[in-house]
Amino acid sequence: MGEILANATTILLFGIAYAMLLFIISVGLSITMGLMGFVNLAHGSFAMVGGYVTVTLVSGEGVHFLLALVIAFVVVALLGVILEKSLYRWIYRRPELDQVLFTIGIVFMSVAAVTFVWDNNPRNIPTPDLPGFLTGNLDLGFTQFPAYRAFMILAGGVIVAALFYGLERTRIGAQVRAAVDNRRMAESCGINTTMLFTLVFALGSGMAALGGGLGIQILGGLKPTFAFDFLVIFLIVVAVGGLGNIRGTFFAALLLGIIDYAGNYFLPSGGGFFIYGVTFIVLLLRPQGLFGKAG
Amino acid sequence: MADANMTPQPSPAVQQLLRRHRFRVVELLPWIAAIAVFYLFPGYRLLATQVLVLILFALSVDLIVGYAGIVTLGHTAYFGTGAYAAALLARPEWQETLWNVGAQPLVGIAAGTVAGALLGLISGWIILRTRELTLLMLTLALTFLLHELAKDIDGLTGTLITGGFDGINFTMNPILGIFEFDPIFYSTNYWYAFAVLVVGFLIVRTIVNSPFGATLVGIRENVRRMHAVGSPVQRRMLMVYVISCAIAGLAGAVWVQVQDNVTIAVYEFELAGAILIMVILGGTGRLYGAFIGVLVYMILENLTETVLGTDPPYWELVVGGALVLTVLFAPRGLLGIGEDVSTMLGRKRR
Amino acid sequence: MVTGRALALAGAAMIAATGMAEAREIKVGFVAPKSGGLAQLGDQLEKGARLYLKLHAKELGGNTIKLIVRDSKRPGGPIAKAAAAGLVARDKVEILTGVIFSPNAMSIAPIATAAKVPFVVMNAGTSWITKLSPNIARVSFTMWQAGFIMGEYAVKELGCKTAIAGYTNYPPGKDSANAFKRGFERAGGKVLELLPMGGPRTPPDFTPFYQRVKDKKPNCFYVFVPGGNHSAAASKSYVQMGLKQAGIRFIGPGDVTHELQLQSIGPAIAGTVVAIHYHSDLKNPTNKAYVKAFKAEYGPKAIPDFVSVGGYDGMAAIFHIIKSAKGGKITAKAAIDSLRGWKHNSPRGPIMVDPKTRDIVQNIYIARIVNDNGTLRHKTIKTITAVRDKCKELGIGRCK
Repeated sequence: MGEILANATTILLFGIAYAMLLFIISVGLSITMGLMGFVNLAHGSFAMVGGYVTVTLVSGEGVHFLLALVIAFVVVALLGVILEKSLYRWIYRRPELDQVLFTIGIVFMSVAAVTFVWDNNPRNIPTPDLPGFLTGNLDLGFTQFPAYRAFMILAGGVIVAALFYGLERTRIGAQVRAAVDNRRMAESCGINTTMLFTLVFALGSGMAALGGGLGIQILGGLKPTFAFDFLVIFLIVVAVGGLGNIRGTFFAALLLGIIDYAGNYFLPSGGGFFIYGVTFIVLLLRPQGLFGKAG
Repeated sequence: MADANMTPQPSPAVQQLLRRHRFRVVELLPWIAAIAVFYLFPGYRLLATQVLVLILFALSVDLIVGYAGIVTLGHTAYFGTGAYAAALLARPEWQETLWNVGAQPLVGIAAGTVAGALLGLISGWIILRTRELTLLMLTLALTFLLHELAKDIDGLTGTLITGGFDGINFTMNPILGIFEFDPIFYSTNYWYAFAVLVVGFLIVRTIVNSPFGATLVGIRENVRRMHAVGSPVQRRMLMVYVISCAIAGLAGAVWVQVQDNVTIAVYEFELAGAILIMVILGGTGRLYGAFIGVLVYMILENLTETVLGTDPPYWELVVGGALVLTVLFAPRGLLGIGEDVSTMLGRKRR
Repeated sequence: MVTGRALALAGAAMIAATGMAEAREIKVGFVAPKSGGLAQLGDQLEKGARLYLKLHAKELGGNTIKLIVRDSKRPGGPIAKAAAAGLVARDKVEILTGVIFSPNAMSIAPIATAAKVPFVVMNAGTSWITKLSPNIARVSFTMWQAGFIMGEYAVKELGCKTAIAGYTNYPPGKDSANAFKRGFERAGGKVLELLPMGGPRTPPDFTPFYQRVKDKKPNCFYVFVPGGNHSAAASKSYVQMGLKQAGIRFIGPGDVTHELQLQSIGPAIAGTVVAIHYHSDLKNPTNKAYVKAFKAEYGPKAIPDFVSVGGYDGMAAIFHIIKSAKGGKITAKAAIDSLRGWKHNSPRGPIMVDPKTRDIVQNIYIARIVNDNGTLRHKTIKTITAVRDKCKELGIGRCK
């Protein structure tokens, strides 16, 4: 009995670590889609670039991993602002299909750009280049748990708390919530939604980059097709959670992360079914997502 | 609009419908081009055959995206199911059990069409209750589920069925017992795909120009109004979805038949995404948009490397650039440019 | 159709007629991934092939080879197939080669048969590929070679009584795991489970599977994953998940310690034992020359791995085809016949193409990963000579 409990806890912990990663990357996508009704399929490209920046800094320049993450966040957030101001703003009012085509085009181009700058070879952070406290194992008594995943849970927890605080307790957060609920009404109350959107877009892109950097160790490295390979899973998290809903995205990430992990653990031969099966069922029962607005 | 036909005096709306139904000379152009390609570019014939089949697939997508407003990222579910239906029927090991008709191409495409339609009926009945992103994700999840199933079914059942990731090779019998498939120069294969495309196109064209097609456009433009005029919206949507899935299944069947080989690539998300991109690129809701979209995309994807000659071949840059530029400068797709040019020329002539 | 074929034949005859008189250019079509997530493998393959071409160009007696490279992009069949069809019909290549992914090889096989073009497989390792066309010969490896031997070795020399075989769920992976199981159980061990660990395109997060293994406590954990990110993740997870501390031995074919990724795994992987047909630390003189030439050509950081050797030896086989073509004319049957029983001194040691199955016969090395002053290296601890494809020998499944 004790062993079963220990096993279950281990699975849960791993699942949560993965879920945190899913949340960090997907949350920006969820908010941009909820706020502007803008379908940004290129979100994964920001995560990819963030990952590449992190790898380059850590294993090329010898920068500390945590500092590299911060730099990746800033660089990609800036990149997000530039793209948003120069390209994206032209297509906000265009039909969804145009947005799909446009942002997929950006993904294609980012794949080529990454190939050009960093070449085709898959990238990894060599274990010796990571700070020592992230490489070992934690002894939890009933099991050994990788320190990196523990750090992932911790970092995820901090970010979730910060986001909730920012959204629920600050003025900007209130403005974002108001704009998601009803943009026109928010605008007529004097909220500068254009400005707000740029801000949220930058934050979302930066978060994606952070996730990209953090995810290298968990998703097994980087390659130029990263933005395509993970596009679907990010979309799934957003749809299951409900558009523009941080709480929804968080619980969707938890649900999917844990189910994916447990599914692979208990039934390896059918592992791939679980995440899609659950998505299918959840969306049928709650088309607006777990926490989405009805109708 | 659906009942407009019954009035004795043709109203302007009916006249417009009739006018659209009539064939114009310019509509012959793509077909002449397709015939010309056969003779002008014999070295590209397999690629050209793939283009023809994908045009049919794109038409099925345009039917629901462009006419009924159902955006899907998972139409490979039906394409792939049609493909596997035809491929499994043609498996050499099973011919005896199948009364030796399984490898007949026409049997295969019939099976593919039916398989696509059946899956479309069942899945459409379930998922068409939802809209927009949710619907998009449901179609996507369905394709992924089928992809996993095709990949793992051999392992789960312990027998060789789909061949998993590697797929299966097979040989088709001659069409109608006369025309042999040609695995080097792909001439029979090309005409076969051409013939199926003609038939498929005529069906789709008839549908979109019929009152039924007009209802679909009505649903896309204003669902509430269609409800208000008493149109059975849900049933119409399901009907067009099933038709679209049947055509996708047909395309899938032809796809594997002309290539003697099936792999799980027929269920790939990349293909589902690419076909939607091709339709939007060409211009949705216009039929011929599918032609130009598929052609341009396939050329950019497959031939960039021979033109640029770089290593690695930056085909993604060219494809991506084309998509971005299209959205920025040709909001109605590539066909939209053609239409603008022809209107301009028309004005000058006047 | 008939006229088309007749024309092609007439063309070939003309080429042959002129070829007898003077030296000519022979076109070789090379299909491999050059973009996408696994382009690195395509690059390595091409580097190997081009290196041989450069070093041995003079041996063709004035003839030259034009290598026409086509990108197969994704692992599925249609793109590779259209590329191969174009190479045959448009570029008029006389030999097809390359191919990293097994499904690509399978979709190209009917073209090789119908167009009567010899097809030299430089990498794709699913056992039964050679069965798909009489015009295929393979110079790389089959998954059964390393897997079976590792199975026997694990019981006899490493003292493992129980094992779990984890594999990436696609045909090479299944081949490898099944081969291991056969070898392991023939030597008296027991395989507790064949454990599929996701597909080749799913993100390589192996932790749930490793946790499962940890809870089942086998003596040995045999892992096959494709090279690249998968192999790095597979080895890293072994360290991270504490399987080492749990007393579970990590073994596999050479893919898990693929040299392109080996250094990034970290020193904790030292001690792992793998069965492999080539690693760049082999001591034979041909290999020393090969490694030197490879680094001279592509820079000191370039790594000559087993994929590059597949390309190198594949080109050697193509040279052999051209040299033994009578009157300079290359026909599929004569070409493949000339390769039957072909012996070659490769960087991986002596190799031969089996006269009956047209598949590779080669040495398999048992190697231990050692930490050589911060650089991880393979150290050969045992050599098993002249290993054939066990799948065909035993007549299993589609290999029958």
